[in-house]
Amino acid sequence: MRMETVAAGGPNEPVQMNMIQAINSALDVMMGRDPDVVVMGEDVGYFGGVFRATAGLQQKYGKNRVFDTPITECGIIGVAVGMGAYGLRPVPEIQFADYIYPALDQLVSEAARLRYRSAGEFISPMTVRSPFGGGIFGGQTHSQSPEGIFTHVSGVKTVIPSTPHDAKGLLIAAIEDNDPVIFFEPKRIYNGPFDGHYDTPAKSWAGHADAQVPQGYYRIDLGKARIARPGEALTILCYGTMVHVVENTVAKLGIDAEIVDLRSLVPLDIDTIEASVRKTGRCLIVHEATRTSGFGAELSALVQERCFYHLEAPIERVTGFDTPYPHSLEWAYFPGPVRIREAINKIMKD
Amino acid sequence: MTDSIESGAVTDGQGRNLPPLQLHVPEPPARPGESADFTHFDIPAADAAPRPDEATHPSQMRDFAYGLVRVLDEDGHAVGAWDPKLPAETLLRMLRYMALTRAFDGRMFRAQRQGKTSFYMKSTGEEAVSIGAALALSRDDMCFPSYRQQGILIARDWSIVDMMNQIYSNKGDRMKGRQLPIMYSAREAGFFSISGNLTTQYPQAVGWAMASAAKGDTRIAATWCGEGSTAEGDFHSACTFASVYRAPVIMNVVNNQWAISSFSGFAGAEATTFAARAIGYGIAGLRVDGNDVVAVYAATRWAADRARANGGPTLIEHFTYRVEGHSTSDDPTAYRSAEESSKWPLGDPIARLKQHCITLGIWDEERHAAMDRELAEMVRDAAREAEKNGILGHGLHHPMESMFQDVFEDMPWHLKEQQQQMLDEWKAAGL
Repeated sequence: MRMETVAAGGPNEPVQMNMIQAINSALDVMMGRDPDVVVMGEDVGYFGGVFRATAGLQQKYGKNRVFDTPITECGIIGVAVGMGAYGLRPVPEIQFADYIYPALDQLVSEAARLRYRSAGEFISPMTVRSPFGGGIFGGQTHSQSPEGIFTHVSGVKTVIPSTPHDAKGLLIAAIEDNDPVIFFEPKRIYNGPFDGHYDTPAKSWAGHADAQVPQGYYRIDLGKARIARPGEALTILCYGTMVHVVENTVAKLGIDAEIVDLRSLVPLDIDTIEASVRKTGRCLIVHEATRTSGFGAELSALVQERCFYHLEAPIERVTGFDTPYPHSLEWAYFPGPVRIREAINKIMKD
Repeated sequence: MTDSIESGAVTDGQGRNLPPLQLHVPEPPARPGESADFTHFDIPAADAAPRPDEATHPSQMRDFAYGLVRVLDEDGHAVGAWDPKLPAETLLRMLRYMALTRAFDGRMFRAQRQGKTSFYMKSTGEEAVSIGAALALSRDDMCFPSYRQQGILIARDWSIVDMMNQIYSNKGDRMKGRQLPIMYSAREAGFFSISGNLTTQYPQAVGWAMASAAKGDTRIAATWCGEGSTAEGDFHSACTFASVYRAPVIMNVVNNQWAISSFSGFAGAEATTFAARAIGYGIAGLRVDGNDVVAVYAATRWAADRARANGGPTLIEHFTYRVEGHSTSDDPTAYRSAEESSKWPLGDPIARLKQHCITLGIWDEERHAAMDRELAEMVRDAAREAEKNGILGHGLHHPMESMFQDVFEDMPWHLKEQQQQMLDEWKAAGL
């Protein structure tokens, strides 16, 4: 699945990639540029990862730089902290975000705090890649969106791409970052944008403008949101898979919404959010994660604090419910087109 | 459904009479007011343990996990196969470092009691564990210590004023007053930033060692944890990684028998030794007399040579005794027999090395007393020097805005905003 071909127009000529290929390309580019970048995780070596994101890397860069690990997320992240202290730039993969909890102490108390507690003597320049989110009938252990746990932690950055182009540029920036970055990959859109209609045939990334990905090095700075759709009627803040669900719902409603793809939750592009809500006067927040203390709560508070006198309607949130992720009732749980449409109608009514 | 009957037996759902299940909650041999008894503790003769070749396969080392590597016998002689035959100069350096560590601990403990800082942890009785290891390692080997290995910094000739600045959280504290006292970090001394979360340093040390191996380096890593925290998942993750990748790492378990008020039985000591944890992982395990600094040196040297020859990791249990409380916040008279310390059969590490040096004719009581006086003065002078930079809570800390530095390499907007708000609020309050 790796992109082996170099287009005639030069090494940075964009070619069609899905999100897996774009992530693989980012890892390839960074491993080629920096001998200290190492990739590790369950099944990432010879096999190339359960989602194939690391396919071919061990063959190309050797087992000292791309290797399988024992099944202990605590160990994977703890080892990555030590490797970072040595001077490497580890890119550990946690196979599913739902498996990240055994690593929380190493992430929260160690990786995120090392620079601070040692006043910069030691740093933890790791990027933790992990597929997250639902919509794949993964049940509660393969569907969760735990980004709010990490945005609550000082000292760690949280990044979520929504397109192949962004996935590569953001991952390169994350790997180059000298602080720990949680890089959550929306696995529902690995192979194609998902519009929220689970009962229609899956689309691939083929022909999508944001699936044209330069083959070489480029970076998208962390902390810069993307206006996925400019508009005047209301602002919709979202990220990951929900960007595409929102885009489709907005198109069907024919409403002139401004869709802000946050791309990075910490650091957050508050200027883009503020400018958009001041312009539209209305704000909807959409994420898959559970509602209470979800990142949407932080967004809602920030918008209220900064744009209160510009608001013409209460801020709305469409989120996962405060239940574990259900298997058979996935499409009732998933913040899909119906719920987003109802929320937009409610905001626009006032 | 079960029905109890008079005999104590229980009838189960299939009509069988069975003894009722019993939960075993460990209890230490002696509580306050009771007499401590170590007669159950079998101490092998100092020359009993053979010394295997450093290349020995872990499967051939099973007995070392249950024995006790010793060098100094009861009369102060260095005996047996593990005697590294150290030169007099090295022995006297060890003695001095251990004595300095104890003097430092004494001074800083009193400083805490005088209100000059919030917290302190002594290593009394355990000095050999750090000093013996530090001298057996190369200066550039990387140490991932727990919170009671101040002896490593001292044996690496780190500035004790710098350590005191950290303890006082003053303006001279390179950690900018962010860490609880004794949670040092000294990159130049190969001393990793100490965490208060237990045994997190274990997989980190393994990761550092794996990186060193992957890069074709020659440096190895060493790490320390207490016997109590071998129960943490991190310990077992680290052992698995160390075994799988044959990482050049030495994993030390300091078995001082007490984890605050929990005796080692709550970490599994009633069932087996801590060195025996190595067996299940296929790691070389050594159980060492942790109060014999020469034995600690010899075991560490064995493990270091093994690691440097790509022979893989070693788990070393240092059998010792925590003479003092866990920390200044702890009162051990509330949970253990007061006799334990004096009856602990492996004695005091400083007294034992002193006796050895006197036996060798390279030391005497007068010189020892003079050294203790000199070290007490050195520590007193260092404390005075450090106190010029301030003591905790007396204003001479780092500037308030430094709280927001080093969260990230570059300060993001939300931290800048919070920093400014804090400064504005303090200014508005006239502070």
